[in-house]
Amino acid sequence: MPADSVSPPPTSAFGWFLAGQRQFVSLPAVILIAAFTGFGGLAHASGVGLAETVFLVAFVWALPSMIVVVGAIQAGAPLLATMFAVALSAARLMPMTMALIPILRAEKTPKWALYALSHFVAITAWVFGMTKLPDLPREGRAPYFAGFAVTLTVFNMGVAAAAWLAAAKLPPLAAAGLVLLMPLYFALSLWNAARTSPTERLALIFGMAIAPAMHALAPNLDLLLTGLVGGLAAHVIGSRLKSVEADLPPSTFGPADPAALVEVALVEEEGAR
Amino acid sequence: MNGLSYHAFDVWWWPWVFLILAGWAANDAWRLLGVAFSGRLTETSRLFTIVRSVATALVAGVIAQLVLQPGGDLASTSLALRLGSIACGFAAYRLAGESVSIGVATGEAAFFAGAWADL
Repeated sequence: MPADSVSPPPTSAFGWFLAGQRQFVSLPAVILIAAFTGFGGLAHASGVGLAETVFLVAFVWALPSMIVVVGAIQAGAPLLATMFAVALSAARLMPMTMALIPILRAEKTPKWALYALSHFVAITAWVFGMTKLPDLPREGRAPYFAGFAVTLTVFNMGVAAAAWLAAAKLPPLAAAGLVLLMPLYFALSLWNAARTSPTERLALIFGMAIAPAMHALAPNLDLLLTGLVGGLAAHVIGSRLKSVEADLPPSTFGPADPAALVEVALVEEEGAR
Repeated sequence: MNGLSYHAFDVWWWPWVFLILAGWAANDAWRLLGVAFSGRLTETSRLFTIVRSVATALVAGVIAQLVLQPGGDLASTSLALRLGSIACGFAAYRLAGESVSIGVATGEAAFFAGAWADL
């Protein structure tokens, strides 16, 4: 099948899968690869094994949850506290999935296929699905999405593994730079994704500011406390700023310019509206 | 530390139990629920905005932890160098018209320059 975009629409599910796969070469995907390079380095530095690192990429597939898990492992947090922290950081995946599924499904799409495909809901694939799928015939959507999302995931499993292996071989300073990539990337991309929401930016600032105090207060529950205290404080104060928020430009999501979408896709966090 | 941490038991399967429960289950449960309830809750609902703020603050806490108490080779660098690199990255992000890529690249460059200058 020719690789150009003017080829006739596929006639089989497999044809749609391949068409989706070809969409893999894109700027958001490249940025995501850089992020997974950072994750591989971070996982290595935190004492997480190679197989365990690849497992996290494949079976969690949401960077915030993944760094929460790795952070908890490094800090020696107990299982239950870690589960709560991950569940809190992942709750946003539910409404994202709820929004995508009606677009994704065709009349004949089996329920199990929707449950399986939901695993790939994370910001990059989600933005891809929400923007590209509505233009396609219904029967092509699920395989097209699968082609893109599965390729992205499998490729990044390899990227994280390569970064993990490289981290073990790199000189100490280069390895340190690799570990720094993750907080640097996350701080900037979360800040950027929250550009239309003062509440989200407050949540980021509060979370970073109170984390050391929460750690001193309750070393095992610091992440949970940071999220609850910082997030609720941001919500209360942010609600008072609602009048300001109303004056800001509306959704960056929609028929918006591609650059905005790329920036949105920078992070596994959907707070960009 | 105490409790059922990742390194709590010296058996091969315990880390996997930890990863499956805290990593996979705690995360994918939301996606599965999302399919089950698809089309019912909107992203602009009040509950969702609260959930999102809590999630953002929680991840921000992790970011702070990664900078203040890093693991691996980053731990042997100075706190001033780490914070300075993040600050340079943020400044470049702003100056470059809110470009995350330029911010990240500048932050990394500042880190290596600072380390080379023995800061």
